[in-house]
Amino acid sequence: MHAEVPIAAYLILAAVLFSIGVGAFLIKRNLITVFMSIELMLNAVNLTFVAFAHEWHQIGGQIFVFFVMVVAAAEAAVGLAIIIAIFRTRQTLNVDQIDLMKS
Amino acid sequence: MHLALFIIFGALAVAGALNLLLQRHPINSALSLVVVMLSLAVLYWSLGAEFLAAAQVIVYSGAIMVFFVFVIMLLNAGAEERTTGSRAAYLAGIPGAAAIFCLLSFVFLTERNALGSTAIGGYLSHVTSNISELSAVLFTKLLLPFEVTSVLILVAILGAVVLARKEQ
Repeated sequence: MHAEVPIAAYLILAAVLFSIGVGAFLIKRNLITVFMSIELMLNAVNLTFVAFAHEWHQIGGQIFVFFVMVVAAAEAAVGLAIIIAIFRTRQTLNVDQIDLMKS
Repeated sequence: MHLALFIIFGALAVAGALNLLLQRHPINSALSLVVVMLSLAVLYWSLGAEFLAAAQVIVYSGAIMVFFVFVIMLLNAGAEERTTGSRAAYLAGIPGAAAIFCLLSFVFLTERNALGSTAIGGYLSHVTSNISELSAVLFTKLLLPFEVTSVLILVAILGAVVLARKEQ
């Protein structure tokens, strides 16, 4: 049996994951969960890179995903350090109460 | 076989992402994000990216998510509360996400015929190992960007240490 999956199905799956990431980014009120939905969006984009790398038989897409992973690791380290610093000064993780630049 | 793998792990990834959206406690969201990342690793493997599947398990669901769970437990983050801002976010967030999804799937479906389909464990250019091909490019043509990322990680370590340090 040769049940092949069209590349478009992978792209649609990535679109679903990316849209859920966008929705979670806008809806969630916890700073850490907002940061996690950014990671979800990065993962969805990585899936499109791998799918296109498979489609056009190019290694470049996979190398791009590798660099995205490295940058995401660095970003997570710095971002979570910023979250710890915010929690230390303001004692909250709710994004509605972190409005120092608003007034 | 390939179709079954795609359906099972694609559904698992979407279910994990929806669970991230619906759970109110950050630790539940973090664990469902681990589910999403592990099922994406299986999909990478089925697309012939074995190295990236391993790196996804080790770097994303291993290192990054452990770091997230560590910070959630360190800050003792509880369930998020509903505020007036969250109602406004529901009004803006759900239509915005739906619009982005409609746009992306419209583009992908109109270009569906230009794209092919995939057999399991597809290879890139008749090289036996995915890792050898990846490393050959990474350590010859892209050596400078590869070295620059090590500087980036060093800067990130220094930034994390400086930011998380207690003020004197």
